[in-house]
Amino acid sequence: MKITTALKAVTTAGAFALMMSTAASAVTLQMHNGGDPGSLDPHKVSGDWENRVVGDYIEGLVTEDAEAKPIPGQAESWEISEDGTVYTFHLRDEAMWTDGTPVTAGDFVFAFQRLMDPATASDYAYLQYPIKNAAAINSGEITDFDQLGVKAIDDKTLEITLEAATPFFLDALTHYTAYPVPKHLVEEYGDAWTEVEHIVANGPYKIVEWLPGSYVRSEKNEDYYAADSVQIDEVYYHVLEDQAAALNRYRAGEFDILTDFPADQYSWMEENIPGEAHVEPFLGVYYYVINQEKAPFDDVRVREALSISILRDVIGPDILGTGELPAYGWVPPGTGNYVENAYHPEWADMSYEERVAKATELMTEAGYGPENPLDLQLRYNTNDNHQRIAVAIAAMWEPIGVKVELFNSEVAVHYDALRAGDFQVGRAGWLLDYNDPSNTLDLLKTGVEQEGTMNWGNNYGRYSNEEFDALLAQASSEQDLVARGQMLADAEKIAMDEFGAIPIYWYVSKNVVKPYITGFEDNAKDIHRTRWLTKSE
Amino acid sequence: MLSYAFRRVLSAIPIALIAVTVCFFILRLAPGGPFDGERALPPNVLANLRAHYNLDQPLINQYFIYIWRLLHGDLGPSMVVEGFSVSRLIAIGFPFTLTLALTAFVIATAIGVLAGMFAAVNQNKWPDYVLVLLVMVGVIIPNFLMAALLQLWFGVYLGWFPAGGWVTGSWMHLVLPVTVLAWPHAGRISRLMRGSMIEVLGSNYVRTARAKGLGERIVMARHAIKPALIPVVSYLGPGLSYLLTGSLAVEQVFGLPGIGKYFVTAALNRDYGIVLGTTILYMFIILALNLIVDLVYAWLDPKVRYR
Repeated sequence: MKITTALKAVTTAGAFALMMSTAASAVTLQMHNGGDPGSLDPHKVSGDWENRVVGDYIEGLVTEDAEAKPIPGQAESWEISEDGTVYTFHLRDEAMWTDGTPVTAGDFVFAFQRLMDPATASDYAYLQYPIKNAAAINSGEITDFDQLGVKAIDDKTLEITLEAATPFFLDALTHYTAYPVPKHLVEEYGDAWTEVEHIVANGPYKIVEWLPGSYVRSEKNEDYYAADSVQIDEVYYHVLEDQAAALNRYRAGEFDILTDFPADQYSWMEENIPGEAHVEPFLGVYYYVINQEKAPFDDVRVREALSISILRDVIGPDILGTGELPAYGWVPPGTGNYVENAYHPEWADMSYEERVAKATELMTEAGYGPENPLDLQLRYNTNDNHQRIAVAIAAMWEPIGVKVELFNSEVAVHYDALRAGDFQVGRAGWLLDYNDPSNTLDLLKTGVEQEGTMNWGNNYGRYSNEEFDALLAQASSEQDLVARGQMLADAEKIAMDEFGAIPIYWYVSKNVVKPYITGFEDNAKDIHRTRWLTKSE
Repeated sequence: MLSYAFRRVLSAIPIALIAVTVCFFILRLAPGGPFDGERALPPNVLANLRAHYNLDQPLINQYFIYIWRLLHGDLGPSMVVEGFSVSRLIAIGFPFTLTLALTAFVIATAIGVLAGMFAAVNQNKWPDYVLVLLVMVGVIIPNFLMAALLQLWFGVYLGWFPAGGWVTGSWMHLVLPVTVLAWPHAGRISRLMRGSMIEVLGSNYVRTARAKGLGERIVMARHAIKPALIPVVSYLGPGLSYLLTGSLAVEQVFGLPGIGKYFVTAALNRDYGIVLGTTILYMFIILALNLIVDLVYAWLDPKVRYR
């Protein structure tokens, strides 16, 4: 009896030890992810913190490699028609949802129709407007969803027809708006399909827990076609918006990766944890908009004076401390499908003293100077960095006869005022959704009239130039990439020569990565899918 | 006592309705809306979203829709956290906030009362001075700074406790956030207790008790503690509501999933449903705590019952 008991105890202890060793060998990535996801539904999300989670558990036709370049995803191959308007994708035989249901072309057709359905109210549906009839369906002009240019030839073959050849289309397909959704579950549960008890995955990870305000947890999807190469077994995407606290937790060893950090800690990090902070150029522009519907900002001399008198070189290295590069043009360096020599105005090479002298001259011509200063209100949304930059720029404008009133407000109020045109000069920023110059140049397109009112979209300054608009329209149907790039460059020159807005710096991505994490490749899109990472500790 | 409690509950109903109404309209008067972010939404998308949440209706209609739903126990949907109802978010977040606040409350009250008594007995001696110093530190340093300092010292440098996060059932994760919350609360209670106890110990009936030859411990236990607790008890209600509502900074710094964080994020995002839902929840908690405190007060001081 005693021997049996002892044997039982030994067996139990052995099994327990085995369980413990299995658990201990599981590799868990603790990732600081910033904000709380508003949703896990690819048609409902809009932030980079949501993209990190969603992009790990759902995969589109095309996905990203470690450098964020498009590579085959659920589609193992594709053909593009000669005129560049028809894409035929061949889905992998092993493409599968985690409930064992195959991922079919029908899931993609359903997903694109759902994305464009006005009832879905997807923020970023417009990113897939290159697809035939997408814009018309999304705006409600066409109500027959079958007219969308996405067709299932058979279960594993999908055909997408575009309005016109679109050189960045494969890149746009890596975006979460192009991800499939499980038709069988959406039809059964509606929007509740993303609740943890229903959700399925077709990507390298599957969602197993979501505690709003704290974390999302996912585990490796063993049914993923490339599961053998996925090294991390479990991922925690931690919610923590306080960057200083996040850095403390990184230092305490609780986080392996920080996806942002307080800029003023950069020099400390360079000294104390050298090589761990990754500050790299990022496709985005930080800029000031000038309300061109209001005098005297409709006067190009005033806009020019305001722009050229900003000493951009000190903003990245000194005011922010993270070395953001000064911006003189509108399209970020490194943007694909573009000309080699980006816009660089002559005044950028002048000494700062010469620029201030010229700006003063321009202001005098426009009727302003020390005796008759221009009173200007500068609006920005509440943020330490925006404030520091605004204070510095206000000081730079003082010598040219501009008196600045700083006005800060929270994000919702700030952008509400910008959209309503209730501002003189305001802060804004744009991070590219896809790697193409049109994504930033579109910000300066003339608004369109809708139901008797002008809809200016994201063109807060209401810059308008017919030639600029015509070049953008012409470029959208140009198939020759070189010619298209030149048209867009010509458009950029027109807008920047007219000081349609004031670019200030190019964004940088700010990640902090523990030395034992490998496979983290810096890239201009700042996308780092977990499937490429390894943790060697 | 029962009718007193019943009257108090009845009088709370119009107060609650007025508070909800004022909160509803003030919130809607604030500029910006739940869908005003960095990027403009296409007009049709915006129109659909507004229609989905009834924001396209006249404000007065929206108010009555809200009240009607509220009367049916429905706090409505979150406009920013897709797919979550306000009730569900509160159901997820409130237990964390409550755990934090109640733990801090119990610890702070126990420490505060004992420390206050100890300081009163040792009035103007070194233990009294040490206590005053500790109290001042807890009260003067803002809790967001205290949280960051404790996180740095005990989480990063010493590594004694987790620097943040939440693991269900792990008391280690509670130590630093509870300390931040409890310290100022214990400080205030100890000061109240100290002052009140000094006053009681100097009163005639305590002197009489001592003159009768009762030992100091019996004097304290039988005659001093209960009356000395009266000002402390009157502080406990507001104190607990302060702990419940004041946990925001602690939740932010330590990355805890409480509702304080929802409240502020929701206010900034104009997520009307969450702001109203959490306001209503806090309002009921404060009303309930005030009621409980009044009942306890009446038990401690019989004069209150006959007023």
